[in-house]
Amino acid sequence: MATPSGQSKIRWHVVVFLAPAVLVYTAVMIYPLFNTMRLSFFNRIDQERVFVGLDNFRTLFGDAIWSDQFWNALGNNFWFFLIHMLVQNPIGIALAAILSSPRLRFAALYRTAIFVPTILSFVIVGFAWKLILSPIWGIAPDMLDAIGLKFLYAPWLGKEEYALTTLSLVSVWQFVGIPMMLIYAALLSIPEEILEAGECDGITGMAAFWKIKLPLILPSIGIISILTFVANFNAFDLIYAAQGALAGPDFSTDILGTFMYRTFFGFQLQLGDPHMGSAIASAMFLIILVGVCLYLFGIQRRLRTYQF
Amino acid sequence: MQAARQTLSTRIGSHGVLILYTLIALFPVFVIVTNSFKTRRAIFRDPLALPDEESFSLIGYETVMKQGDFFLYFQNSMIVTVASLFFILLFGAMAAFALAEYRFKGNTLMGLYLALGIMIPIRIGTVAILEMMVSTGLVNTLWALILVYTAQGLPLAVFILSEFMRGVSDDLKNAGRIDGLSEYKIFFRLVLPLVRPAMATVAVFNMIPIWNDLWFPLILAPAEETKTLTLGSQVFIGQFVTDWNAVLSALSLAILPVMVLYVIFSRQLIRGITSGAVK
Repeated sequence: MATPSGQSKIRWHVVVFLAPAVLVYTAVMIYPLFNTMRLSFFNRIDQERVFVGLDNFRTLFGDAIWSDQFWNALGNNFWFFLIHMLVQNPIGIALAAILSSPRLRFAALYRTAIFVPTILSFVIVGFAWKLILSPIWGIAPDMLDAIGLKFLYAPWLGKEEYALTTLSLVSVWQFVGIPMMLIYAALLSIPEEILEAGECDGITGMAAFWKIKLPLILPSIGIISILTFVANFNAFDLIYAAQGALAGPDFSTDILGTFMYRTFFGFQLQLGDPHMGSAIASAMFLIILVGVCLYLFGIQRRLRTYQF
Repeated sequence: MQAARQTLSTRIGSHGVLILYTLIALFPVFVIVTNSFKTRRAIFRDPLALPDEESFSLIGYETVMKQGDFFLYFQNSMIVTVASLFFILLFGAMAAFALAEYRFKGNTLMGLYLALGIMIPIRIGTVAILEMMVSTGLVNTLWALILVYTAQGLPLAVFILSEFMRGVSDDLKNAGRIDGLSEYKIFFRLVLPLVRPAMATVAVFNMIPIWNDLWFPLILAPAEETKTLTLGSQVFIGQFVTDWNAVLSALSLAILPVMVLYVIFSRQLIRGITSGAVK
């Protein structure tokens, strides 16, 4: 409506209120994000930064030394995510369903205790489990022995075929509190009348959970899934704390986060390469973006949200 | 009668499952902390026993105090966490107020722009963040971490706080305007005190991830004098792998501050999550 010259004077207080947040956010988050994408098209040749187009990506996907590592990390990452979806979220939902049953005593106490692992740092969690599962200390084998299952014991973190699954389960142990809390909140928000109406029709107990509550909390399960996805695909700390940057044994626990760290920061004899690191970061960004878009446009729209 | 028995057995079943899971959740913490007070022999002979007169020992803690500079690390973590929270809350609330209170061109767009960061992890941009910190000389300073965590926390803070600020009554603000208060005074004197519960929620949500982060301290501030407690204990434990007393004591010392924070803020945290602030 107003012409550019005849615009009412700028309301400076709006600018002042917005500026600090927008500046910090743009300078430290958005700009580096795009700059990282940009760097993935460059490389260092003779001490100078040269534009190389898609060469870094060609190396990443075409050169066997790189592509093997990349696909290994990506595959491991999907396994890591799958275990979270199959173990963490169902356990979280089950715990929440039990916690939300009416007139349950000590509910607050259980809730607080089960959330404790979530607040611990990865360093503590990684080392604590490493010690507990260690064959030297013998807590895990002794406990299995006590229930007559000693033959099941193996040095899980040291075996290529078990290490990743073990670490995924440790991560599940750590984060089960989050789906539990979110689902618990969703279950509490279901109005009493709906459940009572179900009761009148003879739907109680487990049937009430499957037929009434579960459909109503589907949107929350969707949010948890996408949060799990994003968190898993930029995970790093637990693997690093438990297995080091080489994600041993023999890279069997390598995920995208550790792969990117090794590549751009360098480790032991390997020199850091910021450009290849950027290429991996770009690939991670793309994967996360695809996941988020799939969720926003594919899943979230189909989930009905009920307003009570 | 049938129904009553069924509810009783369900109730016992519920408690059984919850007690079992509570034990699973707390067991590792319990093992680490109790063993940190035992002699090396006792740690290996009977790891599940509580320390008694014979097996009690503080040797691990003595090593930790001698070798690691844990007070410095603790202080660094404290400074980083408190300063980041301060900036997240101040800048986040200001931006949220602007978005919630004023109509201006691009309001919705600005809101969407700021919300982008809720889903996209800041770690993706690490390569460029490191280059920026190196070129500005901020690498190995606590400022690098404070800036990164502030940027990381702002999107969710703006999102949650602006929802809350829309609920603040217009009459109150207009009354303030009639009394001649400037927009700044309206924000600081009238609105901020009213959204204090939401600010607490945002603070608690951000506190634990910042305190526990390993990635950015490792990359941006690995120097001895800027190590955070998380990084410091990681490095320390890595060096003392074979000294079990020291490792267990270091782990216990690292657990302690988070547990204290959790005990103080758990009600706020749980209320924040369950009030649907993250939906």
